[in-house]
Amino acid sequence: MRTFYGTALETPLMLGTAQYPSPAILAEAFKASQASVATVSLRREGSGGEGQAFWDMIRDLGVRVLPNTAGCHTVKEAVTTAHMARELFDTRWIKLEVIGQTDTLQPDVFELVEAARILTEDGFQVFPYCTEDLVVAERLLGAGCEVLMPWGAPIGTGLGLSNPYGLRTIRARFPDVAMVVDAGIGLPSHAAAAMEMGFDAVLLNTAVAKAGDPVQMARAMALAAEAGAAGHAADPMPPREMAEPSTPVIGQAFLS
Amino acid sequence: MTRRIAVLGAGVAGLCVATELSDRGFDVSIHDPAGAPGAHGCSWWAGGMLAPYCEYENAEPPVLINGQMALAWWSEKTEVAHKGTLVVAQPRDRRDVARFASRTEGYETVDSARIQDLEPDLGRRFPAGLYFAGEGHLDPRRALTDLVARLRAQGVGIQTLPPAPERQIVDCRGLAAQDRLANLRGVRGEMALIRSRDVAFTRPIRLLHARIPLYVVPRGDGVYMLGATMIESSARGPMTVRSALELLSAAYALNPAFGEAEILEFGTDLRPAFPDNLPRVVEKDGVLYVNGLYRHGYLMAPALAQQVAERITGQMEALNATAD
Repeated sequence: MRTFYGTALETPLMLGTAQYPSPAILAEAFKASQASVATVSLRREGSGGEGQAFWDMIRDLGVRVLPNTAGCHTVKEAVTTAHMARELFDTRWIKLEVIGQTDTLQPDVFELVEAARILTEDGFQVFPYCTEDLVVAERLLGAGCEVLMPWGAPIGTGLGLSNPYGLRTIRARFPDVAMVVDAGIGLPSHAAAAMEMGFDAVLLNTAVAKAGDPVQMARAMALAAEAGAAGHAADPMPPREMAEPSTPVIGQAFLS
Repeated sequence: MTRRIAVLGAGVAGLCVATELSDRGFDVSIHDPAGAPGAHGCSWWAGGMLAPYCEYENAEPPVLINGQMALAWWSEKTEVAHKGTLVVAQPRDRRDVARFASRTEGYETVDSARIQDLEPDLGRRFPAGLYFAGEGHLDPRRALTDLVARLRAQGVGIQTLPPAPERQIVDCRGLAAQDRLANLRGVRGEMALIRSRDVAFTRPIRLLHARIPLYVVPRGDGVYMLGATMIESSARGPMTVRSALELLSAAYALNPAFGEAEILEFGTDLRPAFPDNLPRVVEKDGVLYVNGLYRHGYLMAPALAQQVAERITGQMEALNATAD
């Protein structure tokens, strides 16, 4: 079984903590989702560097915290934010996000690889938010990453898995690497599809936080991710073109 | 229980509570180290929108139910503009208008011609929007000043010293009461005041945007309040460049003529909030706390003030009945 830097997760759902109507609803959504990991952003929220009641609430959720570097555009910003995160949450885990383009918020993969190398050498366990590009994946693994987080679609779009071929390819190319589909998941079916492909977890935020009923959507995502994972584990039948009836037709008067 | 009440804090919560109690004949004193409402309190930096229907889009039912009486309450005490609220979105975000509408009530769907009709300076840049005719807005600083004057006329002043020990305390100190209310947190908000000689909006306008939702509230004389960021942080430092860029560029999107407006102020403060982001009256060790008004100070303070007054009146009656 693939693990995340040696840690096996109880459930394949990672949930973000931004944009909920209130921290109380956030906490309920976490309970309903049974998410095993909570991501939390620090770049903007931590500018004052002081004790934050909101972060205490995140700690109180009782799940593993994966701090992220959302909002960082350069290696330097990301590295600084990662260091702050390590102190605040007492964890070596860091979801590394280095944004390269404002409209799509797509990762700057060049800065990402560099930041991953620096942080890995510094003892961090890096979860890089990347594209499904195989070369980028190889570079990230070369930089010391043991986990990859390819995107489904740009952050906050809810478009689902916009390049299923690319995701299947990256999954097949690195069979031993733990991988999370991060970003773009808008519906439970998207989460199920990612898990059916053999990914180890899905990470989502907006789809739950901005749903009319975040708690119900959190539960739906949990069920979908679990269904997708079970489906993958069950070794699904291969699709075929020709119909194959489950009841034999030979000897029956079907030609009348 | 005594009829003599000490209200701690001269922000919107404290002044509304003092007003409601004084109007009902209680002997009220207000205590605030600053001596007057001002830049030290987050009420000073508020938008002043009395918009229960718009706020209901992302809040729970009490905000709608309790907010609806705020317009009438404030109209008796300060100048309230009953011009409604206009919600618009840029063409690529127009689906957000329907989603916003599906989560609230009290609106009329408007097209670009109707939007231009309501606010000529929006032109025809916005294909779709919502008009909430039943909403209003006020100038927070003027509203606070008017409450202070009204209370003073009733003999209620603001004292800088703590109250005498025999008074019933109603603690309305906002985030300063964090030492007594453990689950209170600060939510950072940043705003700007600008003056434009070109743009003449008459009502609050909300721009729906996935990343940078903005509202613009006219204060008169070409002055507009641009608000407000919502950041889960209790840092009180000055406005960040990013926040300023976002607020100003969102305003620029509403009308490019805002590009020539003057920046009068950048303001930052922390909204006091409970985990469910709903305000409440809490009784603890004989003290009544009114807190957690979050982004709904002017909308929710009147209803909370009435709750406090009814609670104290009820306690008095119970006490008197026992004495009889």
